[in-house]
Amino acid sequence: MGSRKKKDKAASIAMIILFSVLAILIVLPVFTLFIASFKPGGDLLQYGLNLDLKLERMSLDNYVLLFTGNHDYWRWFLNSIVLTVLTVFCTLFVSAFVGYGFAVYDFKGKNFLFIIVLIILSIPLEVVMLPLYKQISGWGDNYAAIILPFMAHASTIFFFRQYLFGIPQSILEAGRIDGATEFGIFFRLIIPVMKPAFAAMAILNGMNAWNNYLWPLLVIRSSSKYTLTLGLNTLINPYGDNYSLLIVGSFFSIVPIFILFVCFQKYFVEGMTAGAVKG
Amino acid sequence: MLKRFFYSKKIAPYIFVLPFIITVLLFWAAPISNGILLSFQDILKDQWVGTQNYERLLSDKIFLKAIFNSVKYMLGTLILLIPFPLLFASLLNSKLMKKPGLFKSAYFIPALTSVVVAGTVFRLMFGEAAGSLANQVIGFFGFSPIKWLKNAETSYFILLLVACWRWTGVNILYFLAGLQSIPSELYEAAAIDGASKWQQFTKISIPLVKPTSVYVLTISIYAGLSMFLESYMLFKGNNSPNNIGLTIVGYLYRQGIEKRAMGYACAVGCILLLIIMAVNLIQLKLTGAFGKEEK
Repeated sequence: MGSRKKKDKAASIAMIILFSVLAILIVLPVFTLFIASFKPGGDLLQYGLNLDLKLERMSLDNYVLLFTGNHDYWRWFLNSIVLTVLTVFCTLFVSAFVGYGFAVYDFKGKNFLFIIVLIILSIPLEVVMLPLYKQISGWGDNYAAIILPFMAHASTIFFFRQYLFGIPQSILEAGRIDGATEFGIFFRLIIPVMKPAFAAMAILNGMNAWNNYLWPLLVIRSSSKYTLTLGLNTLINPYGDNYSLLIVGSFFSIVPIFILFVCFQKYFVEGMTAGAVKG
Repeated sequence: MLKRFFYSKKIAPYIFVLPFIITVLLFWAAPISNGILLSFQDILKDQWVGTQNYERLLSDKIFLKAIFNSVKYMLGTLILLIPFPLLFASLLNSKLMKKPGLFKSAYFIPALTSVVVAGTVFRLMFGEAAGSLANQVIGFFGFSPIKWLKNAETSYFILLLVACWRWTGVNILYFLAGLQSIPSELYEAAAIDGASKWQQFTKISIPLVKPTSVYVLTISIYAGLSMFLESYMLFKGNNSPNNIGLTIVGYLYRQGIEKRAMGYACAVGCILLLIIMAVNLIQLKLTGAFGKEEK
């Protein structure tokens, strides 16, 4: 029995070492970015990213530039916040509405429609982006063109449908007996019990909207409407202070999501892994 | 009267799913059929050209290279991003692992970053200068600096590394969710019967996380075949030396957006759609999703 315990102990230490090494490797790129945010942008151009800690060359200059400099970073930041909030709100509302329809009713054509949900789940945006862009370019470059096509979001609908399967039918029956309409039941009885599901999907959709790049790259033309990802990418050409701002701005763009992640980790994981178990 | 009609139990379900139906018609069915029609036209000359775009594509060496690159990338991600995360997840799930939460948080961090930040960081870590992190590491072992993003093998390695960095943690989470749905009694019973940990892994874990594996496999195939932005960010745009970083979607972007040859680009899109639908059909067949829906 004693040797068994010893063996377990050794295995557990080996595993901790393995996972620590993996964790270090995974955090390393973000850490190099963090260190670089204290170095002059010129160093970055000259040497690339590395872990050198030359204290005499490190300063808070980039942060001063970020917070007080004359640039568009905070406009991009604000645009990203606006776009993210709008996207989350619209997507959650519309997808919950549709997901409820799929979850509680039996109607003609439901299976067919649901197979379409599954098919759309699997089509990458890249496949339809050109004709969709052509179709939408007449709308001008506004946020509606970014949000509207994806409000009824297949994977979010799928998640809400799974979640609502667990809602007892008795709630619906009680509502009907009280004389509530089908929509009244959804708005007054169902939405309040969906809070955990909303939290998980808000975080997942919010993260995707914050980091979204491909579709805004096609749709948005005027620089006043640039989001963070679009704006940061304009800095990769090394003129003036660009690289200083690029590095400190890139690092700072992760911060809001990171704070949300620390606070709501459970919901991040839940939203992320929702599709994987049931397949 | 009208109000009653909309509120009735017969009509209400259709109103609930209506936003989805409209979305499908406007933003999926219309662009897809439009794309198919466009693929038989030459937009610059504004005329129908029959199957000419497709014929041209099949003999277009650069397009074939793009397909080769995308498929090679996809296969690489499958080999690296399924077995290892599964193994790591089952180790993390074992009783010997005391505080898996801390590691799980760390592994999730790359998923929080945008492809713009990830691509920029990796481009600069693998910079050409002797001072870049990658060249410092190989310098430590006595090798001279490499122009990482200028030749095919090293850029393939970096693309895979970016993919592993971003998705290893997420896939571990997927597999953990799958593993945690397996009743622990199964492992206990197997342990009493004298099964080793490895046997438990191969005989219980692997077969029972199959739904998760199929899910991860299919999303990896789709993501691998439609990869574009990672390469776009690493090479600072859509042009890489000798097209070593060109993918199917990269070619679609080049033809459709940069050269404005919409018809030709849509033909590329249709071929990608065909490949994806074929994979989709195989997956739905394997998981029996059609049968499930009919019940």
